[in-house]
Order: sequence, then C-alpha cells, then structure tokens
Amino acid sequence: MSRLIRQGQISSDTWLPPAADAPVAPESHLPTLNQWQALAEKTGSAVQIEPGDGINELLPMLAAISLVAVNFPLFTDGRGFSYARELRQRGYQGELRAVGEFLPDQLHYLRRCGFDAFQFNDESRLEEGLRQLDIFSEHYQGAIDEPQPLFRRRS
Amino acid sequence: MLAGGGLGRTPVIGSVINEWLEKRHLLTYLEAILRVYNQHGRRDNKYKARIKILVKAMGVEAFRDAVEHEWALVKDGPGTLTEEEIARAKSFFTAPPYVELDGEAAAAALQARCAAEPIFGNWVARNTLAHRVPGYRAVSISLKATGVAPGDVTDRQLELLADLADSFSFGELRTTHQQNMVLADVAASELYTLWQQLQAAGLATPNIGYITDVICCPGGDYCSLANAKSIPVAEAIQARFEDLDYLYDLGPIELNISGCMNACGHHHIGHIGILGVDKKGAEFYQISLGGSQSKQAAIGKILGPSFSQEDVPDVVDNILDTYVSLRQEEETFLQTYNRVGIEPFKERVYVKTH
Repeated sequence: MSRLIRQGQISSDTWLPPAADAPVAPESHLPTLNQWQALAEKTGSAVQIEPGDGINELLPMLAAISLVAVNFPLFTDGRGFSYARELRQRGYQGELRAVGEFLPDQLHYLRRCGFDAFQFNDESRLEEGLRQLDIFSEHYQGAIDEPQPLFRRRS
Repeated sequence: MLAGGGLGRTPVIGSVINEWLEKRHLLTYLEAILRVYNQHGRRDNKYKARIKILVKAMGVEAFRDAVEHEWALVKDGPGTLTEEEIARAKSFFTAPPYVELDGEAAAAALQARCAAEPIFGNWVARNTLAHRVPGYRAVSISLKATGVAPGDVTDRQLELLADLADSFSFGELRTTHQQNMVLADVAASELYTLWQQLQAAGLATPNIGYITDVICCPGGDYCSLANAKSIPVAEAIQARFEDLDYLYDLGPIELNISGCMNACGHHHIGHIGILGVDKKGAEFYQISLGGSQSKQAAIGKILGPSFSQEDVPDVVDNILDTYVSLRQEEETFLQTYNRVGIEPFKERVYVKTH
C-alpha cells in the first residue's frame, strides 16, 4: 500500500511501480507505455509515462484510460508539466498522477497543470505537499485549473 | 519573433521564427514556444537544457513548424491579450513631465558653453546623446575610469547618482548592460552643472563607446567559476589606450572580457572579445574579433592560440595598428574587419609575438 495525495487529501493506493523489463506488466504494476500499448483491453486501463514518451500514443484512447501516472525522475525535468496540461487540454478526465522526485513546493503548479494526484517517492513529503497545495490563492496566468488569465477576470 | 539565441558556452544568434505577430497573440505564441521546448528539449542534461540547443538540433524550419502546430491549439484562446490589458500594461510606461523648451535656443547655448570650455564640450560630445524631446539630452555616466573595476561604483558615488537623478532626470537612473549608467532625460541647460558634479566624483570619463569602455566580468578576483582574472586585463588595456586623441581616433570599439566560457562579459559579441582560459593550471586569454551586439548581431571569430596576461595589451595594440593601417576613410574597426576578414590581423599578431 502506498500513500499519496488525491483530490486534496492523503489517501492510499495499491498500484506498484512499473516493472519495465517485463514484456507484459505484472499484476498490480503500472504498465509502461510499451506494456500499455500491448494491452488488448484498454477500457479502465492505467499507464505510466516517462519524460520523452510524450502523450501522442495515448490520444486515441483518452476516454478509455482511468489513470495516467507521469513520472518525474528528477525535479529539474519539467516535461511532465506539459504532458499534464496537454492531456487535460485534449479532454482527458481520469486520474492524472505525478509520481517520483518532484518537490512539495511544485505541487501547487502541478495541480495548475491538471494533476489531481501526487505520489512522492519519499512519502515523508506528503504532509508538506498538502500544505503547499493551496499556497497561493490567485494567479496572473491561465492554466487548467483556471483557464482565464487574471486580466480577463478583472472588472 | 526570434528564438534560440544566447551566449554562454554555446553562443548562438537567435533565428527568426515568425516575421510578424499581432501583439494580441504575444502570450499564446510564447506559450507555444515553451511548450515545444518542454516537449522536445534536452531536460535530461543541464548543459543542453536550452532553447538554443533544441532549435539547432531540430533545425529552424522544424522548430517553427512545431511551434505553429502548438500555437494552433492555444491561438485565440483565453491567453489572447485584450485591448484593455495592453492599455493597462502601457499605463505603467509613461513619459516624465517634460517641460516645453526651445530646442534651438538650448542647442545654441550648449554649443557656446562647449566652445568656451573644451573639456566639458568633449564630455558632451562623447557621453551624451540627442533626445527626441527638444531641449533635452540623454547622459551616459561612464563607470570605466582607469584603475577602477569596470562597472564599479562606491556607496558615495551611488548616493550622489541618486541625488543627481532626482535633481536632473525626473528621479530615474538606469543601469546598462554596458556596465554604465544613464540619466535619460536631462535638460541641455543643466548639463554643465551635472557635469561639474560628475567630474568631482570621478564619474565623467569621456569614453562611452570607445575601447576603454570595456565590459568585464568580475573574473578570478571575485568569482569561483572563473578560469582566469579579467579585471587586471581590462585595467592594462585601459592604461594602454589612455591617450584620448588616440582613443577617439580609433573610433567606436567594443571590447568585452569574460573570465570563463559562461560569458558574463559577453566576449562573443565584442568587436574584440577576450576569454580567460585555463591551460594546464595557468591563465591564458583567447581573443576573438568581429562580434557585434548590433541589429546585425555576430559571434566573434577566434584569432588563434591564446596569450599570456602580459601579452594581451600588446596583442590588442597590434590588432588596432592593423586596423589603422587598413581602414579606409571613416571606416570603423568593425567595418574594416568585415571588409578584410580575420587574416590580416592574424598575420600581424602571430608574426609579432612568435
């Protein structure tokens, strides 16, 4: 059982990290993009994408997928922010989970890009992450959580 | 819109990716550029995590196509600027309350004063610029007195500059990437009083745009990244070209010095660029020619093997002798270089020192 932040609170989950070497994802392990592509039945499927994977392969099946995990192997690699934003812009409505080495003070911005679940490799960061989630109340820039930039909301 | 430019360890001139963009599309277009970078950039390698690296790797055409593709998804969306927002942003950039002055009378009075006091006249000619508002001039304050680290001001000088800004230029003092300061809106009739105060504080060196107006990074004296010192090199060059007649005869020359390849001194875009390098634990200096920060931006070309610190002033001297012997009429250093290329400079410099 791993702990994570989901829908603004700490909760738990049974998915295990991908076993990338296996041709087929073992039971309970998140499929890699390759393993996911090999799935015969994608309705209700889950997948974990890595920096460099991009989201193009997922686009035809967005309505069928129920969980996309986006891995951040390093906090300095921001490509996952774009993946989230693109997935939401193209209409993905399932769970969008950041996993890996992102930092608590990135949670607020990850959520702005469309993430609704956050699973740190280091679970001791969960409480701090939760505190950071609502650290700012207002933004200049439009994003997934509030597409209208501030200048369109000023009256 | 240009993208993919930058200095540092990989100097690149930016490429035009969009010839003309309506201003309301500015934010969405920038977002598309960043999206493409975030999708395809080398975020795995901190030395290659740069837009310029991506533009080079993809090629300008492919980069532009990718930006256009992403832009189509956000174009005309909520990020599109409204007239009201543009007007609101503009409202922060207002002109100061200029006084209506008789431009011709002010110019005549200034000219008379300059004629009566040539040292003042020289400063006006070298360190001030014509202004779009009649009766005003823009003043560059040189922080390039020989013997002072380029761009340094003391606390007292800075206090004085703040007071001068209040007295003479609507309370605004600008710092520049050339490591000087600017009082942008000074009435011509006040220049003499301003100059007297600047002169008393050692801030009236009449060398703006000349070879002693060096851009120089802190270098090995202060910076832990540096491979070599840069301030003593700047000082030696300033000392070498102290004769004002010769300085002005050489005309506009931008000489930029960086103590390492991170290029804080912008050596790549100096007409003459000097880069400190580490050769087996000793400090050496590589010289490049022909860089430019103008609209015809250019990255300088390396002259050849590097030099020891003591040799640098002689080498610069040789480069400038070569220029003087080759220039035609009013040609500047950069114009001569662009006409004759690097070879004549190379021949002269390496014959002399070896």
